[in-house]
Amino acid sequence: MTESILEVRDLVKYYPVNRGVVFKKTVGHVQAVDGVSFDLHKGETLGVVGESGCGKSTLAKVLMHLEHPTSGSVHYKGQDIYKLRAGGLRKLRRNIQLVMQDPYTSLNPRMTVGDLIGEPFEIHPDVAPKDSRRRKVQELLEVVGLNPEHINRYPHQFSGGQRQRIGIARALALRPEVIVCDEPVSALDVSIQAQVMNLLEKLQDEFGLSYIFIAHDLSVVRHLSDRVAVMYLGKIVEIGTEDEIYERPTHPYTQALLSAVPVPDPNSRKNKAIIRLTGDVPSPTNPPSGCRFRTRCWKAQEICSREVPLLEVRSSSDHPSACHFAEKREIVVSHEAGDLTDLPTRTL
Amino acid sequence: MSNVYVADQPETAREGRPSGRLLEVEDLRVEFRTRDGVAKVINGVTYHVDAGETLAVLGESGSGKSVTAQTIMGILDTPPGFVTGGQIRFHDKDMLQMSSEERRRIRGEGIAMVFQDALSALNPVFTVGFQIAEQFRVRRGMSRRDSKIRAAEMLDQVQIPNAKQRINEYPHQFSGGMRQRVMIAMSLALDPEVLIADEPTTALDVTVQAQIMDLLADLQRERQMGLILITHDLGVVADVADRIAVMYAGRIVEEANVHELYANPAHPYTIGLLESIPRIDEKGQQLRTIRGLPPSLLKIPSGCPFHPRCPMAQPICPEKVPPLLQLGPTRASACHFAEELVKRD
Repeated sequence: MTESILEVRDLVKYYPVNRGVVFKKTVGHVQAVDGVSFDLHKGETLGVVGESGCGKSTLAKVLMHLEHPTSGSVHYKGQDIYKLRAGGLRKLRRNIQLVMQDPYTSLNPRMTVGDLIGEPFEIHPDVAPKDSRRRKVQELLEVVGLNPEHINRYPHQFSGGQRQRIGIARALALRPEVIVCDEPVSALDVSIQAQVMNLLEKLQDEFGLSYIFIAHDLSVVRHLSDRVAVMYLGKIVEIGTEDEIYERPTHPYTQALLSAVPVPDPNSRKNKAIIRLTGDVPSPTNPPSGCRFRTRCWKAQEICSREVPLLEVRSSSDHPSACHFAEKREIVVSHEAGDLTDLPTRTL
Repeated sequence: MSNVYVADQPETAREGRPSGRLLEVEDLRVEFRTRDGVAKVINGVTYHVDAGETLAVLGESGSGKSVTAQTIMGILDTPPGFVTGGQIRFHDKDMLQMSSEERRRIRGEGIAMVFQDALSALNPVFTVGFQIAEQFRVRRGMSRRDSKIRAAEMLDQVQIPNAKQRINEYPHQFSGGMRQRVMIAMSLALDPEVLIADEPTTALDVTVQAQIMDLLADLQRERQMGLILITHDLGVVADVADRIAVMYAGRIVEEANVHELYANPAHPYTIGLLESIPRIDEKGQQLRTIRGLPPSLLKIPSGCPFHPRCPMAQPICPEKVPPLLQLGPTRASACHFAEELVKRD
């Protein structure tokens, strides 16, 4: 693989749980992100999937340094981003940008599109001299597929998909190298979702971007990602290439997650074996000892409550998996079904 | 017609309960009178549901799928919403002509509804047991004690562990999936013949979604209910539906049984939808998109509402509204070129 652009090591973010009004006492911690490590290579998309509450959005915030981590480090091109002071941090943010989930609340309703997309240039005046800014904004609008003449409109005059494009244009303004996308398409309708996903792919090719793509929708993540990390209760349980995760998953949680995704093909009903997980995700304030998934796992043994399984390559798994009993399982996502009704490719 | 399948017959009807057609919506029209003008939200929707059958109503936001359900339940906000035409027949009686007292009797016992957001649909200041038991007290005249026992049974039926203790808890003490189970228990309390589920799993995680959909399917089979599943998720639909009605801009653009619809869609919008979803069982597939945006309901395009986004639009499309043309015993499409589309492949 090519060089790493982002090196994340043992990232931990705990939020204190306080009790009492006058005499505040910390009674525990929400262990939102607990020891996450991965590398992001240049030009690739790393997908991060997990269910709600697994810490994927906290991870985005910590990576952007919007939140200071409890411990751990993130190196951007060899530089520890948490050791940077204000000026250095501001420079860094030029290279790492964020696209947020909700296009309705992440844009200031009182600012025109031109102001919204042009604001990064105010903060970093050396990127674009004042007289060229308007032109730059119009170029950006065109790049993301919006009409450059709409530069004076307000966010409410745009639809959800268009607003997400504005958010993407704003993230692109400073020509970053890394974009962290936190559920960028989950608020959008199906037909619009595809448009935005195609746009993200096009921009990656055009500008050589690296994405960290955070989402709960496993199909969307598969479509866009080169590598995928699966999170459960603040930890990465399995990480590997898109093929390794979707074709040969070895962690029971990944297997259960994949088996539960509905396939848009009625013929797959017969040969689908959903792995039913019992119970709910435990509270991140008081996660189970040892392996955090053991309370819902059908393979759990005594060792699981004693020892935290490390995220490593085991003899039975060709990619890192955090399970003592990692092994492949046949047919998690059935292909056989797909063959029956391969939709004829239509040329319309 | 080579591609016509016979729809699956519902399994043996439950004893003592009329089988066959339960609910029929015919040419329903609803508009919202807003400050900005009249939004034609539903423009002639016709569908029906039989006992033991699952009808999926598929559509994107603003297609009118939820408003149709609200109109059936009689919980449409008036104003701004007004029914301007059509019929909703439950056991051949038009509900729109009934008195509010008659309609109230149908709600819960005849037709019940599960909402998307269980947290806001449940009352936060009463225990879930009280809220479920309320129906038995008010509608069945049961005592407090008996109704509470029945409520616990209901929670047990939707597989909530420790039902006897949990009826004394409040909605916020339940997780998202459990809350949706409570909602289902509540809607099934009076044993309705038709259940309308409006995006019941949209707010839930995939593993929980699978549990809830299984539960709904089991309960439906047991009770031989007619189920109207409103959703935008083509994956969920493929898993559970018998028939599908695809809605766009307040109209049904295609209706078909589930196998026909996925194998051989007969409307360009359905084709576009199917091609624009990423599939978990395929890699590296090219996503096609439907160009443009769904229309504003204040200004629905003339003729076929889909024509500005349609890749096969012809001069006739903006001129004439295509009728929902029957193409076979179980399928219909509202496209001028539906027959050509079906033959293609």
